Amino acid sequence: MTLISKVGNFVTGTARMAFLGGNKVYYAWLAFLAACIVQALFAYAHQYDRGLISTSMRDSVSWGFYIGNFTFLVGVAAAAVLLVVPAYVYDWKPIKEVALFGELLAVASIVMCLLFVLVDMGRPDRFWHILPFIGRMNLPSAIMAWDAIVLNIYLAVNLVVASYLVYCGYHGIQYNKKFVWPLVIFSIPMAISIHTVTAFLYNGMASRPYWNSAILAPRFIASAFCSGPALLLILFQILRKVSAFEIKDEAIHKVAELMAYAMGFNLFLFGAEVFKEYYSNTHHLVHYEYLFAGLHGEPSPIAWYAWMSLAFAVISFFLFLIPKTRRNIVTMNIGCVLIYASVYIEKGIALIIPGFTPDQLGQVYAYVPSSTELRVAAGVFGVGFLLFTLMVKVSVAILFERPQAEAQPAHAEAQPARA
Amino acid sequence: MRMRPVRLMASGLFAASLLTTACRPVQEHGPRWGKAATAAKQADDTTKSTAKTPVKTVAAQFPVAPPPFSDGVFPCSECHGKTDVVNRTPHPVEFHEDIVLHHDEKNRWCLDCHDARNRDKLHLADGRLIDFTESYRLCGQCHGPTLRNWKAGEHGKRTGSWSGEKQYLLCASCHSPHSPGFKPLKPQPAPVRQEAIK
Amino acid sequence: MRELPTLPAMPAPEPTAEGYTRREALVMGLFALAAAATTTGCAVDRQAFDDFVAKHFKDLSPAELQDRLAQMEKRYTESYGKPVKVSATPAQEGVLFGYALDLSRCIGCRRCVYGCVEENNQSRDPQTHWITVLEMDKEDGVNLQNANAFYDHETVPAPGKFYMPVACQQCENPPCVKVCPVAATWKEPDGIVVIDYDWCIGCRCCISACPYGARRFNWGTPHIPKDEFNPVTEYLGNRPRQRGVVEKCSFCIQRVRKGLYPKCVEVCPVGARKFGNQLDPDSEIRYIIENKRVYILKEELNTQPKFFYYYGL
Repeated sequence: MTLISKVGNFVTGTARMAFLGGNKVYYAWLAFLAACIVQALFAYAHQYDRGLISTSMRDSVSWGFYIGNFTFLVGVAAAAVLLVVPAYVYDWKPIKEVALFGELLAVASIVMCLLFVLVDMGRPDRFWHILPFIGRMNLPSAIMAWDAIVLNIYLAVNLVVASYLVYCGYHGIQYNKKFVWPLVIFSIPMAISIHTVTAFLYNGMASRPYWNSAILAPRFIASAFCSGPALLLILFQILRKVSAFEIKDEAIHKVAELMAYAMGFNLFLFGAEVFKEYYSNTHHLVHYEYLFAGLHGEPSPIAWYAWMSLAFAVISFFLFLIPKTRRNIVTMNIGCVLIYASVYIEKGIALIIPGFTPDQLGQVYAYVPSSTELRVAAGVFGVGFLLFTLMVKVSVAILFERPQAEAQPAHAEAQPARA
Repeated sequence: MRMRPVRLMASGLFAASLLTTACRPVQEHGPRWGKAATAAKQADDTTKSTAKTPVKTVAAQFPVAPPPFSDGVFPCSECHGKTDVVNRTPHPVEFHEDIVLHHDEKNRWCLDCHDARNRDKLHLADGRLIDFTESYRLCGQCHGPTLRNWKAGEHGKRTGSWSGEKQYLLCASCHSPHSPGFKPLKPQPAPVRQEAIK
Repeated sequence: MRELPTLPAMPAPEPTAEGYTRREALVMGLFALAAAATTTGCAVDRQAFDDFVAKHFKDLSPAELQDRLAQMEKRYTESYGKPVKVSATPAQEGVLFGYALDLSRCIGCRRCVYGCVEENNQSRDPQTHWITVLEMDKEDGVNLQNANAFYDHETVPAPGKFYMPVACQQCENPPCVKVCPVAATWKEPDGIVVIDYDWCIGCRCCISACPYGARRFNWGTPHIPKDEFNPVTEYLGNRPRQRGVVEKCSFCIQRVRKGLYPKCVEVCPVGARKFGNQLDPDSEIRYIIENKRVYILKEELNTQPKFFYYYGL
């Protein structure tokens, strides 16, 4: 087969694998995701027609639900590295088989990140202004421009590696280590960089004392590492039940253990922030007061989220730290859900809103996402989950369900095309 | 009426200082306003002797808006003749009841500013007559620092061009000389709350 | 071979005087996709296409700039029913603007706010005010945590309160310029920080970065009543803005580059506002900076504003 026909075969074959052969639950899940996407298209059309006034964002709180989700998902994408490092750097077999799924999660997350940025833009028709060469990128000073670059590079790297591995698996050929390994190793600092650059987006702003903290980047990395893999752990357990997917318990427990340490570090950094603000007791404390209590006698609408996030974080930390609860399937899964929810709040509501409340001139605008924002966000999550579902189905089918073809060298001579 | 020698000397010194302040070439505290400064600078730069450059009158240095007279009240000489006998002791007047003096009224009254014999003019402390268009000289006798700031453009308002011709507003344009304090204004509406923007 | 039926001739696309550049062709394709994907179903008319491919202000050649200005004048004249002028006045040499505001004199009457709204064609619905007047306690001093922008008294000044209007400080070290990913905002040689409304992508990084809350975003479509529209406009200043872009005080660039005072300076009834060229040693702004107790808002952030608050009394 020529390369072109191989690729064509791969595309049609994987499309078939993605959409065929599933059970009722699978199709129900796809239908649900499709419904999310369709309703979001209507909501976004409404937003595109009227403008961002259909969100609850206003001048005082100029970033909200969309950017909160973006920040969280950048963290999830970066968390793929938690699988990649043991797999490729330490060559730890139990994880090596499943590192691909981390990369697929990274791809789906970055796609969602880019979509969230697009729906948040005031002028999405002018997105080309940020492309290199045809637009005008304000480098080196604009962190958002750097973010666009690193996110797309990380997406490209993960997409190339994942596609290549799946392609090789599909055709039953051995993948070329010399091609994959450097890219994978490169993806590790890239993963750190995407979340560091996203953190720099916030902590470079002297105008927002809540964010203007040197440890924001380490906090982001720590919370990313503890939340991203949670989704994968739950996924692996589901896949183990419904398909031929195999993963050793050892691998799951190791990932959970690493998440515990990441959460421990995250709590430590959070504690450091809280100490600094409450002990120094400057005017900047007002943002934490809004986060945990309220201002000017009015209770804050986000206070109970903040306390929930903290409680979940502490509980899940202990659940993952203690080996008994880490290995127990029930408590481990509870821990996964709690840790995911905790970091979702921490990187979303608890990051964005107190940064803007009160605003630069001390005025308070209590932001609560509008229905348009919730609907569009549901659609973006729908796209990401759909992409991830399809990619996972294909990968499971290829790696675990197809009989392994004889390994052929990657640079075998192409067979002549049929006459 | 003849002036006493001390008073004469004092008013002479005052006049001299006023003139020298106004006409001194640009130094650290020299004139800072557009055209006067440029003229003074040019005079300083190009000639050694300032005697050759004609000194501008005070009025020409500060182009002011017209005095804010009430309708029909000026010229005052239409009613007040020059030979009217005047009682210079403060006393209630029968006319001009609409004017309530609220400007150091315990120590001042009408004829401390308005000239007794020529009602179309004001008079400085030494008796010199000045036009209503130069009323700032009178205000400046008590409000010296304010006059200094006004000349520099810091006090009050100037309209026109930041880079060229400016027109000053007289003190009386904003501050009624009889009741100079600003009355409170009704503020224009507060901004719409962001929650109400849909 | 049998004769193939002839196809009807396709109408050729309207060429410009210069024809389409390669970049225009590329973005035309992108635009076609974007247009197809929206429910607004916008027709690919020439004006929408021109807006889509509009270059950054700094990339326009003088001929292209004149062309664009003429296009805009035509469009705004049609929309507002009166002859509209759009200029692109360059900065004067040897000028660095400065602004001073006397905190001891401001009475919080908000005439500057509404004068600015009229002069600079700000949206009435949704309401946009470039100037925010903060009311604070005299006892407390400048404490933004206890500031109130929504005061509503019968008369001002209210007893025990002082007032501090805040608008764009036209920083010499502007954080908004630093963070804009597409360089849609920049500092001009005379010190004014300007925005190219046709280049802004509406990401609002600048609003997050501004320490003074000076920037405004057009969340909805701005509306200006036709009879209140100011037809003397500037490309980088008070021309009508579109939905989805950021705007802010420009020191009345359409006035000051012609030598006039900004509108707020002129309408202030108590003479609290002063404006001039910092590089002119004889200006009132220099007098104030050199002789008065000057206060810079959030000075520790090193934004180096051109706006100096002072206490004249």
